[in-house]
Amino acid sequence: MKSFDYIRPATLEEAIAAGSQPGASYLAGGTNLLDLMKVDVARPDRIVDITRLPGLDRTEMHDDGTIRIGALVRNADLARDKAFAAACPAVAEALLSGASPQLRNAATVGGNLMQQTRCAYFYDPHSACNRRQQGTGCDALGGDTRNHAVLGWSDSCIATHPSDFCVPLTALDAVVEIEGPEGPRDAPLSRFYSLPDEAAPGGVDLAHGELITALRLPSDAASFAGHARYLKLRERTSYAFAIVSAAAMLRMEGGVIAEARIALGGVAARPWRSVIAEERLRDAAPSADLFVEAAEAVLQGAEPSGENAFKIELSKRLVIRALQRAAEGTPERMPALPASVFASDTGVSDHA
Amino acid sequence: MPLSISLTINGNRHDTLLDDARATLLDVLRERIGLTGTKKGCDRGQCGACTVLVDGRRINACLTLAASVDGATITTIEGLARDGELHPVQAAFIENDGFQCGYCTPGQIMSAVGLIAEGDAGDDPERIREGMSGNICRCAAYPGITQAVLDAQRRLADDERVSA
Repeated sequence: MKSFDYIRPATLEEAIAAGSQPGASYLAGGTNLLDLMKVDVARPDRIVDITRLPGLDRTEMHDDGTIRIGALVRNADLARDKAFAAACPAVAEALLSGASPQLRNAATVGGNLMQQTRCAYFYDPHSACNRRQQGTGCDALGGDTRNHAVLGWSDSCIATHPSDFCVPLTALDAVVEIEGPEGPRDAPLSRFYSLPDEAAPGGVDLAHGELITALRLPSDAASFAGHARYLKLRERTSYAFAIVSAAAMLRMEGGVIAEARIALGGVAARPWRSVIAEERLRDAAPSADLFVEAAEAVLQGAEPSGENAFKIELSKRLVIRALQRAAEGTPERMPALPASVFASDTGVSDHA
Repeated sequence: MPLSISLTINGNRHDTLLDDARATLLDVLRERIGLTGTKKGCDRGQCGACTVLVDGRRINACLTLAASVDGATITTIEGLARDGELHPVQAAFIENDGFQCGYCTPGQIMSAVGLIAEGDAGDDPERIREGMSGNICRCAAYPGITQAVLDAQRRLADDERVSA
């Protein structure tokens, strides 16, 4: 690990002044940054520790239905916040399906949004990686692509966004609140991560020195609480990144889907929301055929970026399963294995 | 520039001068304080061998900068036994054969103490296994570990009833 100066500012203003210096990097939970520093992928000259900044560790449930989550709220605390989990059960389930209890105790909301792809070639300084250093190429192309994109990729980068948390958040129209040297601004999470194009590998809509201060959910977020699920397929049932994951949320009115939200994780450089599929579901009664149509719509335009064509079919099946589970209703208690298809609350085993 | 930090570890205050900001909590515990019960496994947050409690919460000490937890209260495996008597979780690991080689055991035990304090798992073995999934055991003593956590949880609940 390269050496660095350590600074612990007391106020947001001091933090942004320090974080705007060349080579500075903000530190919160550190679960991703320290890891990246240990393998020399991240080499900051100065660490600006924001963990003591006041007022950023609260979750506020407002009377108008909007929810504001401070950037320093720890993942475990948010998932365990009863009022929040009741309003946004799919977000809580996504949080609890990510990482390990120890990591969730440390990792923060803002840090989760800022985590880097888990592409093995990004993590290896000896591999070519446009995302790590633009213009060097992409060793993932033609490499091991099991965890790589099938949507929205280009030859410059085929990496996926690894977050579980961000998948239902994107579907719920979450907004990122940002402070920076030029003042505060908001960014919709759906456009916070840019997709790669032929010239550039994609990245995060955050300028150097800017800092995420909170995440805001609009007033209708809780209207999906009765029919909300997050499902995640991975190499092992716990403590693994998604091969593909799906958030499905329905607002039901008299047996009809009044409004639907669908997003996939693990398939693109950002959580992949499908407004076309959501529109297809609107004002329709849940049925197997309808869910198949919706799944086809979500995966419209999907193409393998290597030996990962299986992820397209797998994604469709997961969308169908997630919609079925959402239609059945949110479980009263968080499943013992959050987001697992191997956990059944209906007593029916999903083991093939 | 050296950084001066203060940690309360297992009830004792330690004022430590860090000559390098890169020091993780794990390295400070092992190399500076001399508490080698906390193990370095992967050093990447993947195995859980370095699990300790920081202000009562289980975390990976290998992914925590020591400077960042300045002022915190830390509990390590060395801080669990009282007056020569094993903590109920330690005793339950021995009685339920919750280990083989023992390298992951301090992390497993600290994680179990954290899990029981969180109070989310109840007596469901599936929830215990999920709650312990951040601790890898290369010897695969998982059935014994699950039993030990369930057993320890019962003992701690009984102790609470007696003292209440």
